[in-house]
Formats: sequence, C-alpha cells, structure tokens
Amino acid sequence: MTSAAVDTEAVAVETRAASRPRRRKRRAKPSRVALHAFLILTVLVWASPILWAIFTAMRPYSDTSEHGYVSWPRAFNFTNFTNAYTQSGMLHYFWNSIIVAVPAIFVILLFSSALAFVVSRYSYWFNVPLLIFFMAANLLPQQVIITPVYEMYLRIHLPTWLSSSGLAYDSFVGLIAINVAFQTGFCTFVLSNYMKTLPKSLTEAARVDGASVTRQFFGVIMPLCKPAFAALAVLEFTWIYNDFFWAVVLMSSGDKRPITSSLTNLSGQYFTDNNLIAAASVLVALPTILVFALLQRQFISGLTLGSTKE
Amino acid sequence: MAGDIATSARVDGARRRKRAVRLSTGDRIAMTVMVGVPVLLTGALIWFPTISSIGLSFTNWDGIGGLHTIQWTGTTNYRQIATIYPPFWPAFRHNLFWLGALAFVGTPLGMFLAYQLDKQIRGSRFYQSIFYIPVVIAPAIIGLISELILSPQQGLISSLFADPRHGHVIDWLGDPSRSLWAVLVLACWRHASYVMIIYLAGLKALDPTLREAAAIDGASGTRTYFRVVLPALKPINIVLVVITVIEALRAFDIVYIINRGRNGLELLSVLITGNIIGEASRIGYGSAIAVVLLTISLVPIVIFVWNSFQEVPES
Repeated sequence: MTSAAVDTEAVAVETRAASRPRRRKRRAKPSRVALHAFLILTVLVWASPILWAIFTAMRPYSDTSEHGYVSWPRAFNFTNFTNAYTQSGMLHYFWNSIIVAVPAIFVILLFSSALAFVVSRYSYWFNVPLLIFFMAANLLPQQVIITPVYEMYLRIHLPTWLSSSGLAYDSFVGLIAINVAFQTGFCTFVLSNYMKTLPKSLTEAARVDGASVTRQFFGVIMPLCKPAFAALAVLEFTWIYNDFFWAVVLMSSGDKRPITSSLTNLSGQYFTDNNLIAAASVLVALPTILVFALLQRQFISGLTLGSTKE
Repeated sequence: MAGDIATSARVDGARRRKRAVRLSTGDRIAMTVMVGVPVLLTGALIWFPTISSIGLSFTNWDGIGGLHTIQWTGTTNYRQIATIYPPFWPAFRHNLFWLGALAFVGTPLGMFLAYQLDKQIRGSRFYQSIFYIPVVIAPAIIGLISELILSPQQGLISSLFADPRHGHVIDWLGDPSRSLWAVLVLACWRHASYVMIIYLAGLKALDPTLREAAAIDGASGTRTYFRVVLPALKPINIVLVVITVIEALRAFDIVYIINRGRNGLELLSVLITGNIIGEASRIGYGSAIAVVLLTISLVPIVIFVWNSFQEVPES
C-alpha cells in the first residue's frame, strides 16, 4: 500500500467518523422510541401474571362468580386478603419461616466466611478440592440426595429441647441443617472471590502484631466483608424463604411448616375459591418482593458476584 | 568467631522466617475447626447421601426394616424402571422438554432482554425492577399463579377465550398432552428473569472499548454481538448453560403444587419424591432415578468446576 493510499484511507475514516455522530444522533430517535415501546409492552406482559393475581385477589368471590373473572369489577376491596390471612393463621407460618431462615443465614455466613478466609489467606494443597467439595454440593439437584437424607433424618435422635419430634425429621434444626449444608457452597464461592480482592498485607500486619487466626478473621477480615454479607444475606433469605422442597419432604407436621411449603395445604383447601388463593399467593410473595424492592442492589450484586469473577 | 556469629544469625533468621509462616497450636486448632465443621456437615448431609443414593439404587430396601435388611440386587432397579415402571419414560421426556424450553426459549429470551436493557436507555432501572420480580417469587407461588391463569373454571385463559359460566372451558391443566406446555410458559417466565440478571451484569462489566472498536470497523449491531460480545462473555455463558441444565433437573415445586406432578406433569424429581413420601414406597426405584438425575447433573457441574478453578492456583 502506498502512502498516498494510506492517506486517502485515513481521510476517509476521518470524514466517516466525523459524519457518523451527527447522523446517528438524528437517526437514533425513532429507534429509541421503538425500543421503549417494545420494553413497555414486554414489561406489561411480564407483570401480567402478578397483576392478574392482584386483580383477582381484590375482587369478592360473589362478583367474579356472577360476572366472570374477566369483567369490570363492581367491587374492589381487601376482604380476600384479610380472610386468607386470618383463616389460614398465616402469621404462624411466617414465623416458622423466620425460625428457619434467620439461624440458617447466620450459620451459612459464618461457615462460608471461615472457609473463604482459609482458602483466600493461605495456600494449601486442599484449597481447590475444598471449594469444589462445597460448590458441587450446591449445584446438585436436591432430589439426588433426598431419599437417604429422609431415611437418615428418621434415624437421627435429638433431645426434645432441640426437636419436639425427638428426631431430625420433622424438626426446625433438621431443616436449618440441610439448608446450611446446601447453601454454604454458594456463599463460600462468592466470599472467597471477595476476600481475594482484600490485600494480604492486612492480615499479615495483624499477624506481625501478634493477632491469632481467630483475631485476624473476626477482627480484620469479617468487618471488611460487610457489603458481601449484606448481599448474600438478602439472597439467602429469598432462597430459604422460597424453599418448598426440603420442608415438604422433611417436615411432616403441617403447623411446623414454613410459609412457602404450607401452601401445599392451600390448593386443596380453597379449591373452589380462586380469589382466596390469589390473595394468599400475593401475601406470601409480598415479603420477598418487598425485600427485593428495598435491597435490589444487594440482591443483584449477591447473585452476580457468584457468576462473574472479580 | 565472626563466622560463627554470622552462621548463627543466618540460622536464627531462617528459623524465624520459618516460624513466621508456621502457625501456633491455637491457630492450627482454630483453622481445623473453621474448615472441619462445615466439611463435616456438608459431607454428612450432601456427599454421604449422594453416595448412599448410588448404593441404595442397587438394593431392594423398603426403607422400613433396619439397615441389615438391605439386599443387594445388582442392576435390577435400573432394568425395571426402564422396562416395567410406567411413569419413568414420560417423566424423563418431560424433563427433556423442560430443558429444551429453558434452553431454547427462557435463556435466549433473558439474554435478548438483557441486551436491550444494556443500551443506554432512560428508565432502565424501572424496567429492570419489573423484569426481575419473577426471580424473587417462590416457584411454588408461580405454581399457584399458573392455576389462576390456567384453571378451567376460574382461570384467565378460559375466561378470556371461552365461557366457563356456561360450561365452555379451556382446560389445559386437565389435558395431559398440553399441561406441561402451559406450565412451561411460566417456568420460562421465571427462568428468563434469572438469566437476565446474570447476563446484564456480564454485559455491563464488558470492556466498552471492545464494542467501540467493532463499531469503528463498521460492524453492524448484530454482527458485533455475535462476533465480539458473545465470545467475550464466555464465562457468563458457561454460568448460563449450567443454571439452565440444573434448573431443568431441579424443577419440582411448580408441578407439585399444581397437582402433585400428575396428569402430564410427571418429572424425575417428582418420581423420586413420590417413592419416599408418596403412595409408592420403593427406595430402590427412587434411588435409581436419583442416580440418573445425578449422572445428568454431573455434566454441567464438571463444566462449571472445570472453568472456575482452572486459574485458581496462582491467584
């Protein structure tokens, strides 16, 4: 290529570059409008199942049975919500969810940060196998292990102050334990990636000052992990609250079931009253939606910390 | 004399350096606890049961008698579930359909919407908050919502396109040949949201100069996406493949809450559960199906682990 050719090419590129922004600016508008129209339409479709549930829940059963479900509402109130709430004793089941979720989240974060601390601060031969051990456990479909877990739980005896059934089966402790065992992997993975970004000199300085491993862990590293803890706590709360499978299989007493798994009783109980089912669904979904609305940033960063390596 | 001091100093220095790395007894106990307790718990409640599932799949244990009544029966369970256990193949097929729906509809839809949201648009936060809601709703509740939409007497579809009050209904849940497809629409709805969150984060983290360079080279939007963006997001793509397969294998809550996974909604996960808490109580069958599930799930697990830990040692 001669230098003249290079020159003309350069000029051509320059003029193209110069003319493009102006042209793009003018052309951008209709495409933006189209994009917004598309997104608004999609958002409507996306929200429609939820809006439909709310719409159905707000209408009295008499109204819908008379005029059909797709009709202009003659009455609009919260009666179905109050009925669903009081008739099913929902508060009790919400409390069961808290009894399981809060201790589980606490232990999960403790275990996973301890593991992540060791893996990220020391280079042992077992670091990678250890992470695989926990990560793979988190990826298994729950049903792969449920048969032996169920049989084990029927055979593990616990003192009655720990479990009213006297067994790991049908006990809060049992449910917390399986959630912890299952979820520790994800949090360990996220936290070890997170802790690797903290400078090693922090713990080294603490060690030179004579701080023990526990001191370094609780005093230096853990306080720095607060943002990651917040993100993971929000995420784990959502998952454990939404858990259905473990509690359905491992919790036989209806009144000890957390709220999500107690929904199994619902679809039979109110078989003829869709309005009440709708109200109950909305009420049960509300806590996680609220948590998400208030702590969206934490939720998303928790989820994406696990998928994108820092 | 001087040499001696030098030597002893060197020895001393070496020892001190060694001691600095070496942990005190207390520290060693602390670290053993920090690693040991979680390992014991996850080992006992996840990996021991995994191995037990494999073991039990070769026995004819009924779960009631003590462990001494376990009898070794070789591959009988596998042969029987494949030949004389009617729900196995339908369930297997349904899981494949589930995977197909997530892989060819849910995941691409989530990626597509994430790509649209990644364009610098006003109100992106608003769109995102709506799009992400299905992820935070429990699959069990999505099962209930699908009843609200699909129920023949009171559902949205039936009320819109038929006249249930005069006996004309559209009954998708009651028709075994259609119920799965109706439910899969809602399963894809949730899955696409999940994919969207992860993929949008990946797109945002992507080096913008990559796309600028492609634009300067005159590549079109589509071309830039397939030739530049998609390959650059390989780690995220692997995560998406893994969660798609795993979610398809785990599917349980939605169908179980609708009708306990019957009438065209049979899944492998439901059969396994049915063999412990359902009417049929054949631990051997349940375990053999669990091993089938395990074998399939090992593919994405190995892919994920392989890709995550390749570069770990030096970091």
